[in-house]
Amino acid sequence: MADARELFLSEGVSSRGDGSQHLHVNMGPAHPAMHGIVRIFAELDGETVVKTDVEIGYLHRAFEKDCEAGPYNNAIPYTDRLNYVSPLINNFGYSSAIEKLLGVEITDRCKYIRVIMSEISRICDHLTCVGAGSMELGAFTVFLYMIKAREFLWELVEEVTGARLTISYGRVGGVKADLPAGFDLKVKKAFAETRQVLEEVHTLVTGNRIFMDRMVGVGALSKEDTIAWGITGPLLRAAGVPFDLRKTQPYWAYDRIPFEIALGKNGDNFDRYLVRMAEMEQSMRIAEQALDGLPGGAIQVDWEGKAIPPDAYVDLGKQGKTEGLLLMPITLSPNLRGQDRGAHDRVNVHDKRVVLPTKADTYGSIEGLMNHFMLVMDGYGIRPPAGEAYFAAEGANGELGFYVVSDGSDRPYRVHCRPPCLPPVAALPKMIEGEMVADIIPTFGSVNMIGGELDR
Amino acid sequence: MGVGTFFTSKLDEAIGWARKYSIFQYPFVTACCGMEYMATACSHYDVDRFGAGLPRFSPRQADVLFVVGTISHKMAPVLKRIYDQMCEPKWVVAFGVCTCTGGFYDNYATVQGIDTIIPVDVYIPGCPPRPESVIDGLMKLQDKIAVGTQRY
Amino acid sequence: MDGSAILARLRERLGDRLLATHEYRGDHTAVVAREGLVAALSLCRDDDALAFDLLVDVTAVDYLRFPGREDGPRFEVVYHLYSIGHGHRVRLKVPVEQDDPVVPTATGLWPIANWLEREVWDMFGIRFDGHPDLRRLLMYEEFEGHPLRKDYPINRRQPLIGPKV
Repeated sequence: MADARELFLSEGVSSRGDGSQHLHVNMGPAHPAMHGIVRIFAELDGETVVKTDVEIGYLHRAFEKDCEAGPYNNAIPYTDRLNYVSPLINNFGYSSAIEKLLGVEITDRCKYIRVIMSEISRICDHLTCVGAGSMELGAFTVFLYMIKAREFLWELVEEVTGARLTISYGRVGGVKADLPAGFDLKVKKAFAETRQVLEEVHTLVTGNRIFMDRMVGVGALSKEDTIAWGITGPLLRAAGVPFDLRKTQPYWAYDRIPFEIALGKNGDNFDRYLVRMAEMEQSMRIAEQALDGLPGGAIQVDWEGKAIPPDAYVDLGKQGKTEGLLLMPITLSPNLRGQDRGAHDRVNVHDKRVVLPTKADTYGSIEGLMNHFMLVMDGYGIRPPAGEAYFAAEGANGELGFYVVSDGSDRPYRVHCRPPCLPPVAALPKMIEGEMVADIIPTFGSVNMIGGELDR
Repeated sequence: MGVGTFFTSKLDEAIGWARKYSIFQYPFVTACCGMEYMATACSHYDVDRFGAGLPRFSPRQADVLFVVGTISHKMAPVLKRIYDQMCEPKWVVAFGVCTCTGGFYDNYATVQGIDTIIPVDVYIPGCPPRPESVIDGLMKLQDKIAVGTQRY
Repeated sequence: MDGSAILARLRERLGDRLLATHEYRGDHTAVVAREGLVAALSLCRDDDALAFDLLVDVTAVDYLRFPGREDGPRFEVVYHLYSIGHGHRVRLKVPVEQDDPVVPTATGLWPIANWLEREVWDMFGIRFDGHPDLRRLLMYEEFEGHPLRKDYPINRRQPLIGPKV
């Protein structure tokens, strides 16, 4: 590994002229601030940071090259692991980029579901960021409380997607399954718990003398600098610029759901913290309004009419007793809950070239089987026409963009993810030069660097 | 002859019991598994009840190295260095399938299993492993620590 | 400003340095010659009607295996720009030949271009003329080759330590 010191830091001589030298301190890549692996190589004059070099790439996992290797839906698990604290936003961002390339429009219900799940993910991200940041300042209780709230939200995510963290829920043309029955009640309970946690954290930390001393005025970036460095998201809003993609270029159902943008004034760490806390409350409002306005209504819990087990269903098909077969309800395995015919039609676009048919149709009719084959066979599958598209979603850290180039085959030619946390980490030297060593910690915490997204 | 080994084996058991309930782990957290590590360490799935609640953020003070998350080739020398800095007796837990075998990152950037670089005691597969799996792995590690002659 | 109006304004100011424009699925793209790149980017940033103050992304695409484009220039460096004041976007593309993969830098206009161009150098091997500190961003310095090029096999590993598999 090349020594950064050889590259650009001059063997610093202190400006005091008494023969003292600057101290070179290496923070990382394995360091206790549990944000990921980044190396900050700092040149210090006493406690003051004179110059820094930030080295990233320790978690480079070849996301973009891996996406080129398989069909379009294969990239969904890789996108989960980009911003792994808010994986749903990555899934849906990528799916939306492919849908833009294909020129398909997802169903209304799917748009609302994507909004609800994205907002839940955003709350999880902010909880982790504020919790971890506070822990590093010594407020360990805040961390425990926020992880507790995050567990309630992860239970919600698990209800819908089946997994807590790496959910692979989005699909090109829709989502994997519809929301489960009783979801709105569970969301109410989880949000009540989260709101209580946020209130407790406000009491503990927001007016706290130590917290404010460490965060106010630290790591500030002016509005012009923030824009010049390409920073978006909570950091830009903390600097006073009301730029939120959900408002300026609304996508999915955000144009139909009113909410407010949290704005800061000074762009320092304290404003970023306040912006994130306010955004969590706004996200909960958005999700609740979306649930109230969900097109297609709540899920029917049960249906009249006999449901037959799936093996009996397939047997009937094989025996040729196909009259009315396509309308018969089937008891599906719990893994396939939310993917029965009615649900599938509500949340997936009605386009045979893009979306897999339901299992009931695949096993129950020859057209369904053929459709399934045409989407799964090597060389066939989702084949957008040759071209390129860029779709930007408002991730938890800012503009999460997916730039996809297609050559007409079933594999993406190029997938590029524009990570929202790369500009803040690039601007980190600007934020901490002139500050003290201890100020690096809250600044780095408020930048919310997520390694999977930064290094891809 | 018999009496000597009786006392040392009882001493071994006592030391093993003490060591397994006082695990000072070094959480070498890199990626998504870190989120599940945080969840396991916090109140819901509390790992403090197993005596592993105090992470030591310096390898010189730790005895168990939890390698949590993908190790890339750029990070591998750092991992080896951290492992070398730990004092005996030390154990290594490969947390998450990326550390066990490289996960689904079969590419130019990822180490295909940290056991190509350092010896591993317990493998916890999963992407990421549920906290229940982590606790299962931790209990297996405790069994491993407790059994056998103790070096002291 | 409407997307086609943006492209029209670029065309009127850049003249023949603007090689082509197109619009696909709502995205407006301008293909600019390498000589006109800095002029185009400065125009985008400083012109009042365009006012693209946010450099969203710099990336590149390797067209080596693209059916129908094997004879053309191998790389294209892609710039995504956004204007916070006006709320419009544009994409600029610069074709780059394989034998001469050099493009003028944009670090004078936006400081974030420093890291974004380092990543393009790391992954594709496209040099940026005038860049203050062009070294690898994501891979380690001992790594040979540029991984996102189409002729770099995905699992050619170059481990620093450990077995060579």
